[in-house]
Amino acid sequence: MNQGGLVAALQGTVLRVLLPVGLALFAGGLILLVLGKDPLGYYGYVLQRSLLRWGGAQETLTRMAPLLLIAAGLIVAFRAGIWNLGGDGQFLLAAVASAALAPVLVTVMPRGLMLISCMLAGALTGAIWSLLPAVLKVRYGVNEIITTLMMSFLGTSLANVLIKLVLRDPDTTVPQTRSLAVDDRLPRLFGTTIHAGLPLAVAAVLAVHFMMTRTAFGLRLQVQGANRAAAVHAGFRVERLTIAAFALSAALIGLGGAVEVLGVWGTVRADWNPALGLLVVPLVFLARFNGCAVIGFTLFFSALMVGGESAARRVGVPQHYVLVLVALLLLFLGVVEYLDQSRRKSGGP
Amino acid sequence: MAIVAALSRVTKRYPGVVALDDVSLDFHSGEIHVLLGENGAGKSTLVSLLAGMQQPDEGTIVVGGDAVRIDSPRRSMDLGIGTVFQRVLLVQSLTVIENLMLGGSWLRPLARAASLRRFGELAQLLGTRIDPDARVSGLSLGEQQQVEIMRALWRDEKLLLLDEPTSMLTPQGVADLGRMLRRLRDQGVALILITHKLLEAYEFGDRISVLRLGRLAGAVAPQQLQQLTEAERTDTIIRMMFGIDAGGAAAAADGHEAELAILLGRKIHEPAVIDRSKPPLLSVRGASTLPDFTETPLREVSFDLWGGEVLGIAGVDGNGQKHLAEMLAGQRSVAAGELLLGGVDITRGQVPERRLRGLRYVTDDRLGEGTVSTFPVATNLLLKEVGAAPWWRHGITDWDLIHRHARDLIRTNDIRTPSELTPVGKLSGGNVQKVLLARELDAEASVAILNKPTYGLDLHNQRLALDRIGAAADRGVALLVISTDLDELVEISDRVGVMFQGRLAGIVANDSGAVDRIRRLMTGAGAA
Repeated sequence: MNQGGLVAALQGTVLRVLLPVGLALFAGGLILLVLGKDPLGYYGYVLQRSLLRWGGAQETLTRMAPLLLIAAGLIVAFRAGIWNLGGDGQFLLAAVASAALAPVLVTVMPRGLMLISCMLAGALTGAIWSLLPAVLKVRYGVNEIITTLMMSFLGTSLANVLIKLVLRDPDTTVPQTRSLAVDDRLPRLFGTTIHAGLPLAVAAVLAVHFMMTRTAFGLRLQVQGANRAAAVHAGFRVERLTIAAFALSAALIGLGGAVEVLGVWGTVRADWNPALGLLVVPLVFLARFNGCAVIGFTLFFSALMVGGESAARRVGVPQHYVLVLVALLLLFLGVVEYLDQSRRKSGGP
Repeated sequence: MAIVAALSRVTKRYPGVVALDDVSLDFHSGEIHVLLGENGAGKSTLVSLLAGMQQPDEGTIVVGGDAVRIDSPRRSMDLGIGTVFQRVLLVQSLTVIENLMLGGSWLRPLARAASLRRFGELAQLLGTRIDPDARVSGLSLGEQQQVEIMRALWRDEKLLLLDEPTSMLTPQGVADLGRMLRRLRDQGVALILITHKLLEAYEFGDRISVLRLGRLAGAVAPQQLQQLTEAERTDTIIRMMFGIDAGGAAAAADGHEAELAILLGRKIHEPAVIDRSKPPLLSVRGASTLPDFTETPLREVSFDLWGGEVLGIAGVDGNGQKHLAEMLAGQRSVAAGELLLGGVDITRGQVPERRLRGLRYVTDDRLGEGTVSTFPVATNLLLKEVGAAPWWRHGITDWDLIHRHARDLIRTNDIRTPSELTPVGKLSGGNVQKVLLARELDAEASVAILNKPTYGLDLHNQRLALDRIGAAADRGVALLVISTDLDELVEISDRVGVMFQGRLAGIVANDSGAVDRIRRLMTGAGAA
């Protein structure tokens, strides 16, 4: 591709991303106006609270870690044409597994080894929880949208039961696992509250991006995702690929759960379910399954989440107003995409 | 005779193409009007205009004397236009009469008695005998087509449009169809028959119009058609089809010898001399496959294939050809029997192993399974080599090398594409096939299976595909070519095998009497 083409392609991409973002923020502002609230005030609070203030910025970045790992997992699955919507169950069970192991392992092994073991345990737990939908799909062609969602409900319930019946810390009144001491958690970076899970998550997303665009395995997954019959025709081992994609996807999501527990909470309470799995799905679509782009969208969303909570309180709109913004963003992304397509079809450049 | 419908200066454009360019045509009652043309000449567009699936950009369609706007298939039917599409559009799990009652009104109860009466009338009109309570899935393709024709005439339509109706019929089916069409003509129905086969145009047509690149290249009126001798007709029509002004068929044949050969079913290659004392490259011994939903399974198929030989596989579509191709390629498991490739047992071998041993498969489903249509040409050219050196080292992709490789293949195979990064789905059918042939007929190929390699291509690209097949045979590749086009098989094959109901009904040497023997085998009469 020549220089001019590259610039034009870049321009197109920026336009296709920034235009919907701008439109969504504008339409969201109109809704606030209709509600009689001050949109500029709201957006100002969000920006100030989540990015401009140092404490808020740290929180925003910390919040990104699990989101990025879930996004990495979803990219693997979606690119391979697999609708892994069971992220919540995989995430939560992995969190419980690592939370249960950590206080035990910390007594018998050094902190670094304990942390790595717990993360691996989390990843493994996630992968195992995706095995049944994977096998059902490969063997019997059962639609994984249904099975992963069902496994997700089962997973969140199982996590709850495990905490209340098996892993409960007897020293607390609220049912939760035994806490990992703050000093034993994932190391903080340079005296901030940001833990080592964030660079790990960024590395994971970039690794997934590299795998998908620059390796034979990634290409096989993509071929299978785009046209399963072509994958069979080309002689790929479609069944193995499907199971591998499921396992890798769920392992990354599980890693996200482990990182959140080991880096932030140190314990899992029985009623804790951040339900990030489905929240990340629209972000991955906004980024068009692109690993680099998803980092930007995650930052955007994380800032909205962190800033939106306090800004909503200040301005007096429901906290879930953030989700309205995300929905608007998706809507406008679709509209811009559609217009772009029809412009090209009608013989544009 | 009365004009039932007419196109007046109709133009239809698609992005980048003028599919129909200022075309005017009249359709008379009691006349079979043949529209002849290559693929891409605009025939299908014309069908979709009359059937109400597209609207013309310019010009008018006149039905029964009034200019009309046919903006939906229902409107087309209301205007008395019945259409029989190329592919069967019946619900396979319903009975004949149920299929015919489907077009009825939403709320009214099904009028079975009245429907049966109408069925009886039409059966008599067409001279067919089909059980109205038979399930469609149990009917032959010819019978299914008869049901389609009944449906198209269900409401006493006065204009019947048939799009390539003979493409899936046996020779017997074609004869039956011809008889039926003439009966309808004698009842005053106006018939439009769309075909790319010259011989069919003579056989069926009262009036022949030739389309070329979206334009009406010429027409032969009924009186004219009767006065001309066979040679003069051929001469006239070929001049129209290839846009040659004057000079006769001799001059026409000069530039278009190859296309003419396809058009007229002439043979231009003589079978090569194959040394059958050497061991065959591919041996199939009593191979069977398991049945599945739609396709006919294979039953105890055996044959040998030598290097440098083209074995044609003829037969009406759906007699096990698909299973044969997929079983040989390794996409479908062998239920019984064995396969030897170069003397090595590959019965249990998967696609990659067989490909490594030199077996190649060009599928007939080019966009459905042969390529990933949204992926670039470059990726599709290496679809079956993913992970292999030198393009991948330790699993890491070398995109520069892949793109260079693609550019080489695009040049040497004359693939018309803006670049190697263009999604393959944006290429024309002929160029998609060039991508597949470039991928499969590579230097390491020893045995190649080609399923309908010219299906859906225009004459020029048919020619190119057949030339590549011939060149591969000359290199010593053993080729199995499956096709429903007998003329084409006779042209390129050394021997022709015939599939009938999942069995290889026989293999005949491709000599002077071959066509008759093949036709007999195709109908299941007397296995040789």
